[in-house]
Amino acid sequence: MEIDFRKEGRAQIASVKGRIDAVTAPEFEKKMLEVIEQGERTILINMSGLEYISSAGLRSILTIAKKLKAENGEVFFVALQGAVEEVFKISGFHSIFKVFDSEKSALEKI
Amino acid sequence: MEGVSLRLPAGLENLEQFISFVSGQARQYGFDSLRLKEIELCTEEALVNIFNYAYSEKTGDVVLTCRGDGDKGFIIEICDYGEPFNINSIPTPEIDGDITDRKVGGLGIYFIHRLIDEVIYRREGDMNILTFIIYKKQSDT
Repeated sequence: MEIDFRKEGRAQIASVKGRIDAVTAPEFEKKMLEVIEQGERTILINMSGLEYISSAGLRSILTIAKKLKAENGEVFFVALQGAVEEVFKISGFHSIFKVFDSEKSALEKI
Repeated sequence: MEGVSLRLPAGLENLEQFISFVSGQARQYGFDSLRLKEIELCTEEALVNIFNYAYSEKTGDVVLTCRGDGDKGFIIEICDYGEPFNINSIPTPEIDGDITDRKVGGLGIYFIHRLIDEVIYRREGDMNILTFIIYKKQSDT
């Protein structure tokens, strides 16, 4: 699992690649919480390079989302692929979060 | 069960090896890449539950066995020597609700029941034996 961060306007974009499973989820969560600690409140997670996520990863996402909500921030998701999109749909995450097809469409609407 | 097996100590340090093993066997059986990811997901969820609950008080091994059963399906048997732990007895989590209400637990077992065609648990002596049967679909080669 790799995360690259970059800033675009007021949004912090985190591009995640590889797999978020029970082994890598703690590192993913830690890095995202660090960004929130640094004051970022609008976070866009680009999942175009993410090939796999398990419930451990969803748990981390929920932790991140709850933390951001408490700070009046919000997390958005972009470009879910294959199995990751399926997991989002089955778990109901597709309904509780805002999911966009591309960074461009997300940045226009947030 | 006959088939190809991998036996390793329970623990997250061996998760990747277990998943690679199951995925390789399932690929040989002919599943497409999406179905392979579903199989990897459900195997991970079952293993993590075993690591956390069946082996919460002690350590031990997990034996994964895979077998293709002709056109009927692909069978994964996950065997451990921990405390009795029947995933079929875990209630389905609430998947509605907003970010604030949403609970974090229980999703893994929910995935297993949604994505695996047959999920069978039995206790045999000091072993928990969990069997997944994944049907072959017409689109699988």
